[in-house]
Amino acid sequence: MLELIYRHISLQALIWAVVFLPLLGAAFNGAISVLTAGKERALYKQWTAFIGCLAPILSFLAVLTLFFTLIGFEAGTPSAITGPLFKWIVSSDFMIDVGLKVDQLSLVMALMVSGVGALIHIYSAGYMWNDEGFARYFAELNLFLFFMLLLVLADNLVLMFVGWEGVGLCSYLLIGYWFDDPAKAKAGTKAFIINRIGDVCFLGAIFLIFGVMKASGADSAVDIFNFETMGRYSGYFLPISTAISLLLFSGAVAKSAQIPLHVWLPDAMAGPTPVSALIHAATMVTAGVYMIVRLNFIFVLSPFALSVIAIVGTATAIYGALLALTENNIKRILAYSTISQLGYMFLAIGIGAFSAAAFHMIIHSFFKALLFLCAGSVIFALGGEEDIRKMGGLKDRMPVTAWTFMIAAIALAGIFPASGFFSKDAILWQAYERGHTLIWVIGFLGAGLSSFYIFRLAGSVFFGEPNSEVEVYKKVSESPISMVVPMMLLATLSALGGLVGVSEIFGGSNHLGLWIGDLIQDEISRAPGNTSQGAHLILTVITMLWSAHFSILGWLIYAQKRDWPDRISRKFSPVYKVLVNKFYVNEIYDLVIIRPVIWFSRNILWKVFDKTLIDGVAVEGSSRVIGVIGLLASAAQSGLLQHYLLYFLIGAVVVVACLAL
Amino acid sequence: MIITLQHYLVLSVILFAIGAIGVISRRNIFIILMSIELMLASAALAVLSFSRWNLLPDGKALVFFVMAVIAVEAAIGLAIIIVVHRRKKSVLTDDLGLLRG
Repeated sequence: MLELIYRHISLQALIWAVVFLPLLGAAFNGAISVLTAGKERALYKQWTAFIGCLAPILSFLAVLTLFFTLIGFEAGTPSAITGPLFKWIVSSDFMIDVGLKVDQLSLVMALMVSGVGALIHIYSAGYMWNDEGFARYFAELNLFLFFMLLLVLADNLVLMFVGWEGVGLCSYLLIGYWFDDPAKAKAGTKAFIINRIGDVCFLGAIFLIFGVMKASGADSAVDIFNFETMGRYSGYFLPISTAISLLLFSGAVAKSAQIPLHVWLPDAMAGPTPVSALIHAATMVTAGVYMIVRLNFIFVLSPFALSVIAIVGTATAIYGALLALTENNIKRILAYSTISQLGYMFLAIGIGAFSAAAFHMIIHSFFKALLFLCAGSVIFALGGEEDIRKMGGLKDRMPVTAWTFMIAAIALAGIFPASGFFSKDAILWQAYERGHTLIWVIGFLGAGLSSFYIFRLAGSVFFGEPNSEVEVYKKVSESPISMVVPMMLLATLSALGGLVGVSEIFGGSNHLGLWIGDLIQDEISRAPGNTSQGAHLILTVITMLWSAHFSILGWLIYAQKRDWPDRISRKFSPVYKVLVNKFYVNEIYDLVIIRPVIWFSRNILWKVFDKTLIDGVAVEGSSRVIGVIGLLASAAQSGLLQHYLLYFLIGAVVVVACLAL
Repeated sequence: MIITLQHYLVLSVILFAIGAIGVISRRNIFIILMSIELMLASAALAVLSFSRWNLLPDGKALVFFVMAVIAVEAAIGLAIIIVVHRRKKSVLTDDLGLLRG
């Protein structure tokens, strides 16, 4: 099979195909969407679905081929570069290429992005089938996949930034997909604007990196933003590594929805559910983590920046988990869960365990995408209902959804032997091993909360008495096969995905960590801590029992004793109120930022600057000046011949006088 | 009394001034046209005087052209005035202020 591919297609072409196949799909579907505007669209749906799904599937197969090709090389690291497709920016003192690079990290990430992406495309074909803008949806989803793969496979920072901005754009388009609804359009705008804050920081970091690379004396005939070149000169980053790291991290904070820029992610649930699964859970929001792992050689130079990352990550991990406890919207619970899990990844980065962060990023994408797909399946079956208080008992009506959801929930809760167990364990153990006991304790508490909220969700939705109206409940049935199959495949990955990184104490060899190890400077920040295997085993068992206990508790309360939550919330009503209101973060932003900005815009920019200066002085003022001149000129035009002749005579006298003098 | 160049030039200036005043002060297009003729004639007289004084023939040749222009101008000018009169039933400039701003 591989032989056949090698004979017809070069490795470089294959890498380019990975990125550009989704772009072709986007172009095709975009053309269909534009050309069929106002026509009967049902005719084109088969084509849209076929091309829209084929592109990601082929892209995934291409990545898979690359993977098996590259691990086939005995010697050296499994990496390949395409070399520059063309020179993008050529200046007298620097240049930027457009080129792709495949190495262990981008290969794993690309496998995840294209694999999960392809499954969600297939799922979308079922989920969005009855939607008016089917072709537009697939065009935007394919475009997203293109930008995401560009982000992952780019061989230089500036090209990565192109992908970074592109996924932000697609995220905006897809959150506001149903733009007829002002609330949804507004959610898209919110995500876009908050991401701009991070993008400015990212751009600032690029400028600083440019300065460093110029000062380092790197050859200006090569691409100085190339990751490899940057890595070679990484020592030069030392003086301003803290500034660069913090700016890059600010970019990641916005993209990956960390405190304090997390507010856009829950609102992003306004988009279609498969979009939430792909963009706002599995792939785009992990771009921040990926970027930091990719640039780890800068971050390890600044212990201060790493501490900031660890603090923000830990705070976000516990904050997201707390908010998920009281939320009642099924998708928003999962959104807060995503925020919390991303917090765990940043926590891992902050303590220097980059490979653990990458491991959890991959595993999280499996089970979180699956959780969203199951939620989508439930919403689909209930005709758009998203409130978990109006669900319940659905496991009898939609068994596949229920049991795949349970697998994902077990993975999220981190219960052996589901995948999440290994990745969460890797992070927590690294925290303990490197001597960050406080971070370990908070992470441990957060793990309990995660188990509780996800089994609260499972208990409310799939178990217990049905709370939906009787006729709605009667009509509920399992989703179509195009939705169920991706869910089952993701359930398999969620259950078994952890095997790629089984740690030493369970007889594994931490494949993934070792595999990407030579790209990552994990060891540098490793403090001499407690490296005993016995301690690891004990902590792991304790964590798992703790999580399992909360899982059962959550399931019991919400499946069996549904009157308990009300009583508990009444008892702790001040705490409950703070949680329901999300610590008033949105309100504080409204008061501190949004209102002053609106006041400033309205009273200064609009009324003073725009109305008075631009309109009054510049636009209307200039027309008024012209008008006055015109009036004077037109007064001279009396229409009387004598006047004209007089002017003429005066002119002649003046000319003669001038000549004479 | 000997008639010198100065006499001719003074006569020419007087004729030109009469013509100019006529052009500016009169409202009847006929009179204006006649005044223009007068100005042209005065200029021709000046040219001719200089030509005689210099004993060069160029000025005399030029005056022939001027006379031809005067004739043509009179013909075209009268034709225009007749057309204007047919349309506007007037030859007074006050009634012909189409270019008033």
